[in-house]
Formats: sequence, C-alpha cells, structure tokens
Amino acid sequence: MEMKLLAGPVVALALIGAPAYAEITGDVVRIGVLTDMSSLYADNTGPGNVAATELAIEDFGGEVLGKRIELLTADTQNKPDIGLSVGGRWFDVEGVDVIAGASASSVTLAVQQLAGEKNKVFLISDAASSDITGKACNANTVHWTYDTASLANVTGSAVVEAGGDSWFFLTADYAFGYALERDVTAVVEAAGGEVLGSVRHPLNSSDFSSFVLQAQSSGAKIVGLANAGGDTVNAIKAASEFGLVQGGQKLAGLLVFVMDIHSLGLDVSQGLQLTEAFYWDQDDKSRAFTERYKKKMDGRVPNSIQAGYYAMITHYLKAVEALGSDGPGDAVVAKMKELETDDPLFGKGHIRVDGRHMHDMYLFEVKAPSESQGPYDYYKLIATVPPEKAFRPLEEGECPLVKN
Amino acid sequence: MFDLLGISAPAFFGQLLIGVINGSFYALLSLGLAVIFGMLHIINFVHGAQYMLGAFTALLLLNYLGIGYWWSLLLAPLIVGAFGIVLERVFLRHLYKLDHVYGLLLTFGIALVIEGTFREFFGSSGQPYGIPPELAGVQNLGFMFLPNYRAWVIVASLVVCFGTWFMIERTRLGSYLRAATENPALVQAFGINVPLMVSLTYGFGVALAAFGGVLAAPIYQVSPLMGINIIIVVFAVVVIGGMGSILGAVVTGFVLGVVEGLTKVFYPEASSTVIFVVMVLVLLTRPTGLFGRA
Repeated sequence: MEMKLLAGPVVALALIGAPAYAEITGDVVRIGVLTDMSSLYADNTGPGNVAATELAIEDFGGEVLGKRIELLTADTQNKPDIGLSVGGRWFDVEGVDVIAGASASSVTLAVQQLAGEKNKVFLISDAASSDITGKACNANTVHWTYDTASLANVTGSAVVEAGGDSWFFLTADYAFGYALERDVTAVVEAAGGEVLGSVRHPLNSSDFSSFVLQAQSSGAKIVGLANAGGDTVNAIKAASEFGLVQGGQKLAGLLVFVMDIHSLGLDVSQGLQLTEAFYWDQDDKSRAFTERYKKKMDGRVPNSIQAGYYAMITHYLKAVEALGSDGPGDAVVAKMKELETDDPLFGKGHIRVDGRHMHDMYLFEVKAPSESQGPYDYYKLIATVPPEKAFRPLEEGECPLVKN
Repeated sequence: MFDLLGISAPAFFGQLLIGVINGSFYALLSLGLAVIFGMLHIINFVHGAQYMLGAFTALLLLNYLGIGYWWSLLLAPLIVGAFGIVLERVFLRHLYKLDHVYGLLLTFGIALVIEGTFREFFGSSGQPYGIPPELAGVQNLGFMFLPNYRAWVIVASLVVCFGTWFMIERTRLGSYLRAATENPALVQAFGINVPLMVSLTYGFGVALAAFGGVLAAPIYQVSPLMGINIIIVVFAVVVIGGMGSILGAVVTGFVLGVVEGLTKVFYPEASSTVIFVVMVLVLLTRPTGLFGRA
C-alpha cells in the first residue's frame, strides 16, 4: 500500500525532471530506416541509405550517452499504406525513436503526420515535396537534402535564363510530381516564361513514347521532367529515341541523381543540367566518405540523398547527446534546430523553424563521354547557389509553425 | 487538317502507331503464355522474369563476349529456353496432375527469386543497351518521327506471332502437340514421346519471352524490374483474349496496346489501369475471354 501511495508523486517528479536526466527509453536508441528498397527509386535511396546510416552510427562508436544504437530497416515499396503500417508498428510496438525516410513524397507526408501524432522524430532525405516544410510541416520533422522548391529555383532558373521560356511537363501522377510542376511553374512564370501544358503519367511507367510525342506536338522549347528515378531514365531514353532534341526541343531533368546518369550512359545524358546538394567528387571529405561507402555498396558512389542520411543521422545523434535524452520527439527536433549543423558532407548550416535544413545547392552539367575519366566521373560544377537563394523563403511556405 | 476528339490527326496517328508498337510486346509475351497454358495447363508466372532474363542475356553476351544484337536475338532465346527446359524437368513436371494454383504459386516464387537475385547484383535502375547501328535513326512520316528500331519491333513481332500460330494450328507437329494435350496416353501409345514434347513446348514458350526481352533491351533499360512491370498487364491480355487461345493472345495484345496508347492521350492518369477495366468488362460479359472456348 505504501509503495502505491508513493508511486504517484515519484512518477510526477520523474516526468517534470525528465529532460534533465540522461534518459534513453529502453536503454537503446532505435533508428528505423524506412525507404524504397526494391522498386524504381531503390538505387537512389534504398540500400545506400542504410549504408550511409551505418557509417554515421559507426562514427559514434555504435553508442550515444553510453547506450547502444540499433538500426532497423523496412521497404515501403512507395506505398503510403505500407509506410504507415510499418511506421505505426515501429513507434508503438518496437520502440523506434526516430524514422529516417521515407521514399516517395506520398509515403513521407503520411508518415510525417504519424510522427507528429506519436511525438517521435522523423528525418527526411528521400522525398522532395516542398509541402513537407510548407502546409504539412510539424515540430517533429527535419527535411534535410533538397525539395521541389530548390530544384525549381536552381535548375528552373538556370534553364529560363538560358532562353528556355516555354515549357511542357511530363509529371509523375502523385504528390511529388504535382509539387515539382507547381514550383517550377512559379519560377518560370516569375521570369516571364509560360507553361504550354503537361501530361500526368502513372508512377513507374515503362513506356514514355506516347508522352514524348505529346511533348513534341506541344511545340514547347523545354520539356520538363517532373518525375524521378526509373521514370526519368525511361523518359530521357524515349526522348532520345524519338528525336526530341534533334527536333529543336530541350530536356530539363528536374530531379536526376548520379545513379540515373550511370544507368543512362553519358552518350544519352551528356549536357543535361541538374541540381544536387552533394557530389561524391566534390572535395577530400566527400571522397573519403565515398571510399567508405563504396566498400559497403559494391563500388557504387553515394548521391545527395544518401549523403543526407549520413549528415542528418549524425546531427540527430549530436542533438540526443546534447539533450541527454532521445525523447519526446519535439524536444529532440527543437534541439536539432537550436544546434548549428556541421558535418563533413554538407559543411556548416542550420535547420530553420519549419524543419528545412539550409545548405548550398549545386547546379551541375553532365560531362560528355570524352571529358569523363571513368565510371562515376559524370558532373562538372556550373554554379553554387547559396541556401537563401536555393530554398523557398520561410514566410512563403505557409508552415503553421512560422505563424506562431 | 481535321480533328479527332480534340487532338489533331497527326498526333492521333502517332499515338495509334505507338499503341501498335507496345502491342507488339504484349502480343509476343501473351503468345508465349498462351502456348504454355494451352499445351501444359501451367500458369507461367515466371514469364516476366524470363523476359527480363532474355534482355540480361543479351546485355551479358555483349559485355563479356562482345556478341552483338543480331546474334543475341538468336542465342538469348536458346539459352533462356534451355533454362526453361531445366525448370520444367526439375519442378513443373511434378505439378501437371495438381490444381493450376500450385503451378502459379511455384512459378511466382521462382520469379521472385530470380528478380531478387538480379536486383541484388545489378540494382534497380538498369543498364543501357544500345540500338544496333543498322537500325539507328528515325523516319519522318510527316505526322511523327518513327524510330527505325520501333518499326523493326513491329515486323519482328508480327512474323514470330504468325509463325507460331501457323506451326501450332497448321502443321503436323502442331497437331501432335494439340493431340498430346487432349489425350497424352493415347498419343504416347502411337509412339510419340509426349514428355519430351511437353518440355520442348515449355522451352519454346520461354524462348518467346526471351526473344521479347532482347527486342525490348534497346528501348527500355535492361532492368531487373522490367518483367514485373509488364507481366501483370500481359496476364490481363491473356485473360481478355481467352486463356490458352493463341490467336486470341496475339490479336488482344495488339488491340490493347492501341487502347492503352489512346488512353495516354485522352486521360493519361488512367493508362496503367485501362487494361484492367477492359478485363473486368470482358469477364462480366464473356467469362471465357474474347476468343476462348467454354
């Protein structure tokens, strides 16, 4: 009886005092990597994300505040229902403290809401929709690597400046495609250009010839590819086969990664301009990281999403260390925003109140076969765009956290 | 120029032609499935993986042995077909007396294993395979640019489809085959080696898939996922055409290619589902399919 009487006040005290103690729930920090392991985005995310996360954990010696760090992984297949059910199980049953993920934007927006409801941490590198730090933003989320607004601001502006003032879009028919088309349209129109039309193709389409034909008959100077991964690769191949470029039109790949170029080959992709937040051959630090990554990944190089995993997991673990606790989620994210970010791949930066990580973005051009020294030597740097120019201004995002 | 349902005639004809090109692949693949189902009563879910294997065999022949497209068009179907015969001898032959669902489950499982293995080694985004130089370039048809290679795909597919139909429906060998599926014991009594014939038929169906894979290699990325993307559609084609009907598979393949192509113009969002809508409608009105025999 007496024990029970005491229990109430003791629990209350413990709750009040929680953030002050070294408090790791379950004596283990559980990181769940939830991503596309097998479908069309797997090479750009998938096993590479897991490898980068492992490297970040290794650099902490496998523990934080003297407690073990554990890694779980799961495949979303880019389906929101799968993402939600795995996320729910991880948070509720398996004691996962932070999810890093989560493949397609549609899945990510669903898991973002879940993380808010459960008050856990959600770190995003895969997904691109700028709504993540806009209308859908919450206090539990950090969006690290890039978003559709930055792709529009960097690639979109560069193309319009070079005279590409009329556009036609091939858009993936889901949240990410819509967001990218919308953000690029805004940039094109602000610069005095016009959008002549668009066609929405199903995610994971194998044949783009019909869509390419529609783009050709639109007469637009620029055909913008508001898609990603296998879809972009197939679209570029079809465009090359049907003589889109010989017909006087140009392709703008709005979201292209280094593995996509590898898969297309330089013959087809040379001259393409693209935006990434990281290139493996950027400097000594990125090359050193790449060497370690290659050992885990069969000689492949990391792209910006995978580098983002290393950086955001590292920063998360630093914040847990500084806070002395791995929960609640909003407190950890608040600490992540408070601390300046500093890692070997993205350099110094910070996380804005809406959850956006601020760093330089780069405009690259794909090398011609004659300029390339070998496999993965694909990009030359055209421009470095500072964060405040690359990303959408804080007040334009309609993030509820900003108004408060 | 006249307009058809809101799009200009050139655009319309262009889309029609593209529909026929895609239909060529559907026809070729559903033909193989129809042959296998018609003769062996096996629902060959590993067909998509065998199509993928055809493309990868061409790629590997090129990268490791320097063997080009034209030889691959012959060799890859032989190699993959031989692999099919091994599969038939070792696994499928035990299932003929059981319900269809066992064959379906086994082949589905094998497909997952093959595709998973290739994904592990080659990743998901695939490898490039160049168009053979003889077929590079485009023809300006006035209403569209037709890549020479795509024209070749239509011709090759039509020739192979017609040849297969002719062999099975109009030759003595074909009549043995059809008789063997009706009454294997009787045909065997006439001194014909039925098990061997069944193995060769399966190998032939698989070789058709591999041939489709080699044809597809220069157009699409050679990717471990290429079979998964197409197999479900092809099954719908076979069901619409009537399970086991060879003519049905070919005609339906081309027609549905066109239907899908036109959907990509009028309502692109539905282009990945339109074939299944047709399937539902056909099953509701003609449960045995358009060309099926009850």
